[in-house]
Amino acid sequence: MDFFHVLVVLLESTIRVSVPLVFAALAGLFTERAGVFDIGLEGKMLGAAFAAGAVAAVTQSVWMGLIAAILISVLLSLIHGYASITQRGNQIVSGVAINFIVAGSTVILGQAWFRQGGRTPALGEGARFQTINFPGADAIRHVPVLGPIYADLLSGHFLLTYLAFAMVPASWWILYRTRFGLRLRAVGENPGAVDTAGISVIWLRYRAVICCGILCGFAGAYLSLAMTAGFVKGMTAGKGYIALAALIFAKWRPFNVMLACLLFGFLDALAIRLQGTPLPLVGQVPVQLMQALPYILTVILLAGFIGKAIPPKAGGVPYVKER
Amino acid sequence: MSTPYAKLPGWVEYGLIPLTNLAVAFLVAGLVVLLVGENPFEAAYHLINGAFGRGEYIGFTLYYATTFIFTGLAVAVAFHAGLFNIGGEGQAYVGGIGVALACLWLDQVMPWYVVFPLAILGSAFFGALWAFLPGWLQAKRGSHIVITTIMFNFIASSLMVYLLTRVLKPLGSMAPQTRNFAEGGQLPKLDWLLSIFGLNVGTAPFNISFLLALAAAFGVWVLIWRTKLGYEMRTMGHSPSAARYAGIRESRITVITMMISGGLAGMMALNPIMGEQFRMQLDFVQGAGFVGIAVALMGRSHPGGIIPAAILFGVLYQGGAEIAFEMPSISRDMIVIIQGLVILFAGALENMFRPAITRAFAMRGQRAAAVVQTKGA
Repeated sequence: MDFFHVLVVLLESTIRVSVPLVFAALAGLFTERAGVFDIGLEGKMLGAAFAAGAVAAVTQSVWMGLIAAILISVLLSLIHGYASITQRGNQIVSGVAINFIVAGSTVILGQAWFRQGGRTPALGEGARFQTINFPGADAIRHVPVLGPIYADLLSGHFLLTYLAFAMVPASWWILYRTRFGLRLRAVGENPGAVDTAGISVIWLRYRAVICCGILCGFAGAYLSLAMTAGFVKGMTAGKGYIALAALIFAKWRPFNVMLACLLFGFLDALAIRLQGTPLPLVGQVPVQLMQALPYILTVILLAGFIGKAIPPKAGGVPYVKER
Repeated sequence: MSTPYAKLPGWVEYGLIPLTNLAVAFLVAGLVVLLVGENPFEAAYHLINGAFGRGEYIGFTLYYATTFIFTGLAVAVAFHAGLFNIGGEGQAYVGGIGVALACLWLDQVMPWYVVFPLAILGSAFFGALWAFLPGWLQAKRGSHIVITTIMFNFIASSLMVYLLTRVLKPLGSMAPQTRNFAEGGQLPKLDWLLSIFGLNVGTAPFNISFLLALAAAFGVWVLIWRTKLGYEMRTMGHSPSAARYAGIRESRITVITMMISGGLAGMMALNPIMGEQFRMQLDFVQGAGFVGIAVALMGRSHPGGIIPAAILFGVLYQGGAEIAFEMPSISRDMIVIIQGLVILFAGALENMFRPAITRAFAMRGQRAAAVVQTKGA
């Protein structure tokens, strides 16, 4: 029973750390499927987290915080879009630039406005998300096996957590079952064909970039309004890059994205859990190895040793009408 | 929309346009200073004063510039072959192993001029090794170099934490760093170079690796514009299909370019480890690998542009410390913003002002032609 208890705790924290990864990786899915590479997920998430923390602290309203997060993230997305779609600049360079601008300005502005060393003030009850308890969760907690699964794994998460996992089938439906999704995928594979059909490549890509901004906004808001009470400088701590790795690991498919995020989240939770405890057979695994594992796995996958990850064909290439 | 950009005179192409982009980046940075309620001109004064006000300050500025010349060259070499090496940070970090090993091995028995060449080889070797894998994976397995180098940055950071806390740390010590190097692991300062100009270098760690950086810049120029390998690299960067048609082996060039790039990034480790701290500690790279991207973009991947760009970032780092001291609300994170803005305007948006400038020149050209015609008649 003890093993089962440990497993439930582990899976519960897996879900908690996976949420921002799921949001950000789905965000990347939309732009990359439309042919715009985005390594600025990290920056957008960080900017959104800061906006959410700052606005929620000032207005004492969690919803204003969420809206601010989405607005800032969409704005950053549009800058990336302007540079890489309209100006046909290098998409990687633009993403790198956004990451740096956000990393610096969140600290500078946070310090100037709140004077707490780059943090935003700690948020009270009304200014942050509360967990949702399913009906009867406490009553059946003591039922063996099913009780903990219902009470700890399914119930007791934030609204954004449920939204994140709902976004997975929703993204699938949008990308594979709607006209917009079909065109969006087409524009990432063969923009010339889409243009010939009389559909604006530019406008489609902008819409994909905006979708990405909205989802990154949720990811950032989750970090500063749900997971912790307020913004802490550099709080994304590479999650945007892990999400990017998950997206590639998932071969740009929505359900695989969720599984990859859960896997990377599980590794993260396991690394914290295993700190200092020796494993059977292998002995003590260095924490650093566990931390590096998502990146190592992605490299191995990219090298084609676990199936082949084929990116959208027109990814990273700005669209030029004639020539 | 898709008309190719008209040819502009050289001083516009390599002078006016980059400077316009740079000016816009600083203008936006000035707006951020205004936003936090400080005076941008005062900030600029502290920046210049903090970077050049005294011999010691100049020493610090050039010390930082040394680091950025190495990482800027690393990114630039890869750019020429059409590769984007974001992994400079990780390559520099791992390159530190080579420096540390050479110093830990010989610092107590040999003078610095014996240890230094070994440390150069060591740093270049480990940096190249860390870039070899992404290069090889791109060449042979088709994995995207940008993603793999990002992943390798994170792997490097985990690896170095492991090495510094478990392997390279002296017994009984708590701090995650190597032991302090003896005299043989300490590079001499370039105080004589500054004293020619009547300046006193003071405590600034401006050291001999600056000369190595200048030599490396010259070496990169020779490599890119005066050797067969450099020609092949540039061909591949301009048109991979043309390179393939000409019988240039893409995979070979990719791997070699990445190793040169990684080697240059690795050599950056010499400057902080042997020149300033005299030991290897956690996070000694401090983002210099990423600054290299901004430096390479600003310097248009030419050593002649990279050196001034590196010095400019040296000014930002050293002068930025002075601003942070005088104006507490502008911390050193301001540099990160400026770095991002430079990457944005000199890199991703480099052609934003080109149409307007081209139009201005076309109009001037027409007017001049008209004047000639009327005179002729």
